[in-house]
Amino acid sequence: MTVDRWLAAAIADAEQRGMPELKPLLQGLAASTATLRAADWNDRGDAAATPAPMPAKVVPT
Amino acid sequence: MSDWNGQTIDELRGALARGETTSTRLTEACLERIAALNPRLNAFITVTAEAALVAARVADRTRAAGTPVGALHGIPLSLKDLIDQAGVRTSAGSQVRRGVVATSHATITTRLEAAGAVLVGKTNLHEFAFGTTNDDSGFGGARHPLDDTRSPGGSSGGSAIAVRTGMSIASIGTDTGGSIRIPAGVCGVVGFKPEWGDIPTDGVVPLSRQLDHVGPLARTVTDAWLVYETLAGRAPGPADRLEPAPLKGLRFGLLTGYFDTRIADDVRAGVAAAVERLARAGAVIEPVEIPHATDIGPVYLHLVLGDAAAYHAATLEDRPGDYTPPVRLRLEMARYLLAEDYARALRGREVIAGEIDRALVGRVALLCPTLPVTAPPIGAATVPVGEGEEPVRNAMLRFTQPFNVGRQPALSLPCGQSATGLPIGLQMVGARGATALLLQAAAACEQVATGT
Repeated sequence: MTVDRWLAAAIADAEQRGMPELKPLLQGLAASTATLRAADWNDRGDAAATPAPMPAKVVPT
Repeated sequence: MSDWNGQTIDELRGALARGETTSTRLTEACLERIAALNPRLNAFITVTAEAALVAARVADRTRAAGTPVGALHGIPLSLKDLIDQAGVRTSAGSQVRRGVVATSHATITTRLEAAGAVLVGKTNLHEFAFGTTNDDSGFGGARHPLDDTRSPGGSSGGSAIAVRTGMSIASIGTDTGGSIRIPAGVCGVVGFKPEWGDIPTDGVVPLSRQLDHVGPLARTVTDAWLVYETLAGRAPGPADRLEPAPLKGLRFGLLTGYFDTRIADDVRAGVAAAVERLARAGAVIEPVEIPHATDIGPVYLHLVLGDAAAYHAATLEDRPGDYTPPVRLRLEMARYLLAEDYARALRGREVIAGEIDRALVGRVALLCPTLPVTAPPIGAATVPVGEGEEPVRNAMLRFTQPFNVGRQPALSLPCGQSATGLPIGLQMVGARGATALLLQAAAACEQVATGT
């Protein structure tokens, strides 16, 4: 589902549930979700395998 | 208050050992402060005066009998009111939990009592720890100890007020996105969020189990260390001390980019002056950047909303009117989150944690402001930051939430004040697995950072 379609559905549902005041919050969340989805570290099904992540713990020397 | 004049735990345990005061007198002094200040500041939801005085008398008798005592023996402390203490209400700052009385101690409560701490009460918080100001509490908002038109920060706002005013000598808070460090920074005390997983969270009402941390708010780094060691189950002895690291030659990373934008002028000046003092004292300060720092906010938001939605879904359906309206709305928003976006945030958490770990290689700590602003007015929706306005919640979380996502230990040190006298905090972030080094470095920086 695209962010735009998700937002439209969420707003419609909130209004149907009698909570129109959710609209600006959902719009803010949609902007955040769009940023999250645009991050260059997201996995893709057609991409090469990603390298191993950094070690979980690095103690300063 | 003749038996408490701003002394630290470290000083008071000496005074207790020398017979210069008693736990009973210290506890009475804290209870007197609560009685005098709480009607205005609303720092405590529950005061356990009777039980505290009984515990203090027992502590005094134990000491007089020559029985070996723990590091916190006879010291009055408080608990954020989402931590279970058997027989006492755990409200989480919400009317949703009306009538909920803990039937057993959280592990950390057991450890504090075993170390001899005297628990004087349960402190106010932003409802379910889901906010940064303490404005929205089912028991009324708390107020800043230096300016009661302003927020004490949150969500552990009552704990910060208690420590700042001497209602308790230290307090236990929780931190999911900054909820120990934000009120500590705003109120001018030390707030320490340990590494994730270091302190047990059983018996603590969760906000996000993968981001929640328990830790101390205290007057000094040494006091925070004493309480932290106790919470971690290492039971320091009455004479154990934190040895500050030699400051000369210690390497610090000064966070730039994301951490150096949209900062109020007086905060920027205060933190820059503290860093300059550290450099003059011999610390090595190097600029360092977190490559994906601008993704931290969305990653954090999707994690915390997903977890909070799961925890609150049933009560949102059954008793929505028992939530404060702002918290209810944000929790309802959370219920629209998609699973695929939560999974993206989990992946992002790993990326960001790794980048912060890498920035710490060869450095004892990273430095940045705890918050980009000082205490906001109560009820404010936005705060001025740089040349524009920013939602209060976003601004207050911006510099602390990265280290909940990354899970590194981090603390806020007081480092001066604004032109209007409001405290400014310097955040120090240590490497995972190197908490002791962070606290030793923080102890070394403490006097230098404050400029006193």
